[in-house]
Amino acid sequence: MGKDDDDRDPSRGISRRGFITTVGAGAIGAATIGRAVAAPPPEVVAHGEPAPLTLRVNGRAHRVLVEPRWTLLFVLREQLGLTGTKVGCERGECGACTVLIDGQPRYACMTLAVEAKGCEITTVEGLMHGEELGPVQQAFVAEDAFQCGYCTPGQVMAAEGLLRANPAPTPEQIRLGMSGNLCRCGAYDHIVRAVERAAAVRRTGGGR
Amino acid sequence: MKDPGTTLVEGALPPSAAGAEQPEPWGKTTVVGTRQPRIDGYDRVSGKAVYPSDVILPDMLFGAILRCPHPHATVKKAVTAKAEAMPGVRAVISGASPAADVDWHYDPKLATKLFDPRCRFEGEAVAAVAAETPQQAWDAARAIEVEYEVLPFVADERRALDPAAPRIHDGGNRFDEPDRYRRGDPDAGFAAADKVVELSFHTAAELHTPMELHGCVARWDGARLTLWESTQGVYPVQQRVAATLDLPLSSVRVIGHYMGGGFGSKLQADKYDIVAAVLAKVTARPVKLFLTREETLLCVGNRPPSTMRVRIGAKKDGTLTAVEFTGLGASGAYPAGGAALLDWLARDLYACPNVRCETTDVAINAGPARPFRAPGHPQGAWALEQAIDALAEALAIDPLELRLKNLTTVSQTRPGAPPFTSTGLRRCLVEGAAAFGWAQARGRARSEGVVRRGVGMAAGMWVAGGGGPPSTVVVKLFADGSANLNMGASDIGTGTRTVMAMVVAEELGTPLDRIQVENADTGTTQYATASGGSKTVPTEAPAVRAAALAVKRQLLAIAGDELKLPPSELRIEGDAVVSVRDPKLKRKIAEMQGFRRRGVLVGVGVRGPNPEGKVVNPFAAQFCEVEVNTRTGEVRVLRFLSANESGRVMNRLTYDSQVIGGVTMGIGLALTEERVLDRQTGKMANRNWHDYKIPTALDVPTEIVSLPIDAPDAEANSAGAKGLGEPVTIPTAAAVANAVHDAVGVRVTESPISPMRLLGLLAERRKRG
Repeated sequence: MGKDDDDRDPSRGISRRGFITTVGAGAIGAATIGRAVAAPPPEVVAHGEPAPLTLRVNGRAHRVLVEPRWTLLFVLREQLGLTGTKVGCERGECGACTVLIDGQPRYACMTLAVEAKGCEITTVEGLMHGEELGPVQQAFVAEDAFQCGYCTPGQVMAAEGLLRANPAPTPEQIRLGMSGNLCRCGAYDHIVRAVERAAAVRRTGGGR
Repeated sequence: MKDPGTTLVEGALPPSAAGAEQPEPWGKTTVVGTRQPRIDGYDRVSGKAVYPSDVILPDMLFGAILRCPHPHATVKKAVTAKAEAMPGVRAVISGASPAADVDWHYDPKLATKLFDPRCRFEGEAVAAVAAETPQQAWDAARAIEVEYEVLPFVADERRALDPAAPRIHDGGNRFDEPDRYRRGDPDAGFAAADKVVELSFHTAAELHTPMELHGCVARWDGARLTLWESTQGVYPVQQRVAATLDLPLSSVRVIGHYMGGGFGSKLQADKYDIVAAVLAKVTARPVKLFLTREETLLCVGNRPPSTMRVRIGAKKDGTLTAVEFTGLGASGAYPAGGAALLDWLARDLYACPNVRCETTDVAINAGPARPFRAPGHPQGAWALEQAIDALAEALAIDPLELRLKNLTTVSQTRPGAPPFTSTGLRRCLVEGAAAFGWAQARGRARSEGVVRRGVGMAAGMWVAGGGGPPSTVVVKLFADGSANLNMGASDIGTGTRTVMAMVVAEELGTPLDRIQVENADTGTTQYATASGGSKTVPTEAPAVRAAALAVKRQLLAIAGDELKLPPSELRIEGDAVVSVRDPKLKRKIAEMQGFRRRGVLVGVGVRGPNPEGKVVNPFAAQFCEVEVNTRTGEVRVLRFLSANESGRVMNRLTYDSQVIGGVTMGIGLALTEERVLDRQTGKMANRNWHDYKIPTALDVPTEIVSLPIDAPDAEANSAGAKGLGEPVTIPTAAAVANAVHDAVGVRVTESPISPMRLLGLLAERRKRG
């Protein structure tokens, strides 16, 4: 799965399924260390000190003052007011906070804001064309791929990331690609259909 | 036992003056019953919908609650000085704070304090903080020094009544006398039986875990309090908060336009509302207080664990002669209906003249239960529907045939055995079995390999689901023909807004995209009870209909004046009112001068009474096929079919979503969900979604079929609809367990059917030979 391949990139921290896997997987730790050698040295920020940071979100640069411990999720929601990204668990389990970081689906709760420096962040608000819904969003409405809708922005972002990496996923690939996003209303069956529909629309030029 | 189907409102309801006239049931519908994407779909998928947890107010602080880490303890002292001095901290409150000296009633008979020194469950509130950022609030909460006297605990409901068990309340660990029910002569019934089966069951505590965390944003404007609350019912929250803080109802406004799931855990106000209000009061600033995921797993409800014993006797031909059900449930630390309705299916699902039931609710040191999607029923179905399967096997009768043999059209439990307005269970069973291919699947040759397949089924009904008064709705028609619907009910994800807009569209011809719905705000929308009990559609849809028809009457009167025709000869067609005799005689709504002068037409509708002497209940039958790996103990549900009879299908699209969702949740109950309380410490061991497993996209079958038995119930209410959200999840876990039994011949009586448990049972059977 495209979005999982880069999970171990040390410059972006641990995210999504990669996080869960690392809990008991030594092999991945070794892989992480192996690749860390080539990564640029991280910037050191003093504990507790708010530091200026420029975040590129949905194509716009936001200059914010953030504490090093603040997550990207917290900054997006409570500092920038981009509340489309939801908070579900704050520990990398539910995917309600999924955003794209350089095109890859990431858990914003498991990414510190400072880690997202220099990256292109896309939130659900960034999938809109003005006031028009993007193809994945339209597909979710058409297939009724949600009930309460709270996990939906995260589901939409996971689907968007999946389709950018794999424009024609099989149903199995869709289920695997969406399995990092919980939906307690249990809309998975319709979610899979929505991703299939969105893939078809994108392939016929309906997408970006 | 109380029957929630008839006691949703205590006492008799006085008749309402407004809109007392109830319309005739629909014949053919043109909008209602079709597949309609949600009218608020755009808001939800775009991120524009503002859920309560999304609310950001100017000058807002963040709250955090320090909770007791022990299952049972007394707070001796809480020192807050260090916390108060920390950066960003604006208030710290504890049991010693005069502002937080508030009475809290978990139960009307049990008075406690908001921060009570006696903590009877892990996660009880001890103190709270408001700070500039949530991180600062948590730093400060953790810096509060609390001295606890740790008390002995009891965490297993099966040990709560041991004489040696620690007493959680002065009166002991039994909240009430056991609830006893008897009809006929059960002893004679068992004596007359050709076969008797008896089995014991247990279901683990299940946690609601809706995606949006529990919490609120509180703001005071002088003496008036506004709460943005993630809730299933704004009015119940308003009532509880006003009563607790001794405020006039008009001074408490609760807003919950959107909410991210509740499943019964958000029907009521919680301590966090009061904590947020107190923190906002003492700081004179708005306070946002949403719990962490861990807190929500500890202290905002659960489906209580239950221990059950079922005994069923039957004649050779399958006719039931006696049913006996004994159940023990655990409310948790405070009375919360821990055993409520466990025995309802045993009493009322199948025809049986001789029934004896006894249920007991006990206290344990764990968070209090809350209603969870069909309280008592999935547990009761787990026991009864597996016992029925065992009986079928003992009698060598097909499980489907055995169920069909014992159907009834009356509610045997209720006084006088009143008939159901409609009883779709037979159709659910017969049509569901046909669509699933039950006979073929049962007749298939069995594999003796490592991976084995099996099919199972279960039936169910829901004790309520008929809805009822009170509800008031206002429909407003603008002079251009567009409309506004104002109702108090929350849309908890079931599609209430969309369904109600469809009702308006049905009556007034207004296109859905020209109907605005405002709901779930005690300040601006009409009175509604909480959205729960699968009663929102049957409660609200008739009220919406009545309101729309009140508008229609006014519109036809105006058109009649202008066309010089009696209103009885007019009907709405598209955007115009036309003569039923001569379609050329018409007037566009937007061009009616009388209407233009009036500005708007307002119709008020109220929910009329339910039919007298009859019972409105929905029914369900479910079928599934599973694959069991006998080497790993893993169970995969391959396909699932749910046949539901909930009266009229209002919106086929959202109907199917509810069915699929209920099945998915039931698969969680069957296979993975279990609150684990550590035996040594009494603390919850799996307080996160990593360890408390709910189904993911990989855990649900690739084929879930919703088969609606679309049978409008003309007697139930003027919409012909019954509730759906709960019946869809009642038989699910039992159907899975029956399928596992069919696959490997082992009956898993304790939930969840984890690989370890199943392997243990398979090994035990091999040992026995």
